[in-house]
Formats: sequence, C-alpha cells, structure tokens
Amino acid sequence: MKKNIFLIILVVILAILPLFFQKGAEFGGSDDQAEAAITKIDASYKPWFSSIWEPPSGEIESLLFCLQAAIGAGFIGYFIGFSRGKQKKVESKEGKGKHVTH
Amino acid sequence: MYRVKKLINWKLLYFLVVILIVPKPAFAMHIMEGFLPIEWCIFWWALTIPFLIIGFRSIRKTIAENPETKMMLGLSGAFAFVLSALKIPSVTGSCSHPTGVGLGTVLFGPFAMSIVGFIVLLFQALLLAHGGLTTLGANAFSMAIVGPLISYGILKGTTKLGLSFSWAVFLAAALGDLGTYVVTSMQLALAFPSQVGGFFASFTKFSSIFAITQIPLAVSEGILTIVIMNFLQKYNLAELQALKVLKKGAEQS
Repeated sequence: MKKNIFLIILVVILAILPLFFQKGAEFGGSDDQAEAAITKIDASYKPWFSSIWEPPSGEIESLLFCLQAAIGAGFIGYFIGFSRGKQKKVESKEGKGKHVTH
Repeated sequence: MYRVKKLINWKLLYFLVVILIVPKPAFAMHIMEGFLPIEWCIFWWALTIPFLIIGFRSIRKTIAENPETKMMLGLSGAFAFVLSALKIPSVTGSCSHPTGVGLGTVLFGPFAMSIVGFIVLLFQALLLAHGGLTTLGANAFSMAIVGPLISYGILKGTTKLGLSFSWAVFLAAALGDLGTYVVTSMQLALAFPSQVGGFFASFTKFSSIFAITQIPLAVSEGILTIVIMNFLQKYNLAELQALKVLKKGAEQS
C-alpha cells in the first residue's frame, strides 16, 4: 500500500503545481472559455435553449457538489471496508480449515 | 420473478439513489446548454441512443452472470462521481475535472459505462445547469461512449504488446479521459467552423481550451485508477477473475 500513498501524493503535486506556474490566473472553468471562443468565431450565434433549472446561488451549487463528493467517497470507503472484511473472513476460514486437516 | 428481485438488489438501489440525488457539476467540460445548433444536437443524440441500448444490455448480462460484481459496478459509478467532483487547476490557468469512466471500462467493458456516464450527465444537466438536455447527446457521446471505447482499445492493445497490467490501466484511463475532451473539441469545431481556416482552425482553438487543460488531469485520473486497481487486485481477485479482467491464477502485477 506504500505504492498507493506515493501515487496519491503524485496526484496532489500535479494539482498544486499549476497554482505556482500560473500565478494570478483566474482558474475559472474551461467551458466558459469555450463559450467565449464560440462567440468569437460566430458573433451572431445566440444560444437557442437555456437550462430548465439553475442552482439559485454559487453556495447552493457548491452544496450540491460537496454532497456528490461526500456520497461518492462514502460508497468507496464502504466498499473498501467491506472487501477487506470479506478477505479477512476468507483467510481466517482457510486458516481454520488447514488446522483441522493437520 | 426471483431473478428480477435479485436484480433490484439494495446495492444497486443505493447506487441509483446516489446517482439520482447527487448531481455532477462540471465546470470544465461538456458543451453548454443551447451552444450547439439544433441539427447537431439531433445528430449526436441519434448516434448516442443505440449505444445506450447496447450498454443497458451489457450491464444486465454482466449482473446476471456475475451477481457478485454488483458492488463493483457501484464502485465504478462512485469513482466517476468523486473524480468528476474534483475540479483541479491546470497548467492553462483554468480548471477541469477527470471523467472517471476509465475504471468502469476496465472492469465492465466499454459499453457498461455508456449508461453510467449518461445518467451522471443527465442529472448534472438537470440539477446544476452544467451541460444541457439538448447537448446531452453530444456530451454523452464524448464522455460515455468514445472515452470508454478509447480506454478499452488502449487496454487491449497495450496488454497485447506485453505492457504490465498497471501501465495498461494507467494509459487506458488517461487516454480515454483525454480522448473525451478531444472529441468535445471536434464536436464544437464541426458546429462552429472558423470563417478563416474552417474546421481545423476551430478545432485547434477548442482543443487548446479543452484538451490541453486536460493533459495533467488525464495523468491524475490514470494514477487514481491504478490506486483503485491495486486495491481490487489485493482484495477482490475473485471478482476480477469472474469479470475476466485478470486471467485465472494471475498474480498481482
């Protein structure tokens, strides 16, 4: 599992580095940039449909988004615990089995 | 009847509930609502629908054959959810997030993720106003269909070349992620060819926004997919063998 810790540190470094390379950058979403690019290429283009519902504020948006991460991570954590427990049970059963036959 | 009951297992239910309540905000990918001319919306929807049918059948078949892998299907979905919640700063000075469909593709093949990816995108469009219903066909095509297909091709190809399983998984997840954004750039370039330079000029422009931002994130996704794979190889070897991800008797690589 040491290998995994190393790998996760690598991911964190990858995420932090741009903050140093691009000091003062906005770090907005790249879809906003694409929107701007479309308007540049075709200035007459008007979006012909708009979203049915939008989160009323940035706060609500980040609430929904935190919830997503939390529930997803919760399931992954549950899965990891479940798998480890199952494995342990199998191992201890095998151990007992061997003990009996010997 | 018993079989149907077994299918509506609580784990699946939990997974569906997770997908239903939890939206996926995407700040950095997917074509925005209204920003694709209607004829292109219809075109991409038409391409996407057959894959959704294949995907649904693929999931049903896998679960019928290996009911013990349902938890792992849940894991694939949860992984996509967490990864798509990580808005990571990139070298271009804007943010994007991984797609997370690579893991599920390695485990369940390229078609299963069409359904998972589609549902994720649908609720994101409905609840967060990211992406959109009209552009859903196009977005699902790039993230839930082409991405997984690229991942699967890379996985098979690199394994044949004799690369270690970890490297194959890394490349599959990373390039599938990157491929999604290249396709998004292509979709936008097809709909908005530049007056000077046409499709290619536009494609260069859009891919410099989407694909280049995505390069370090694709690497991150590849690494995180390996982390989960390492875990699965240690604790879920039986399921991996049942899904034929690893051959019987295969050791950890």
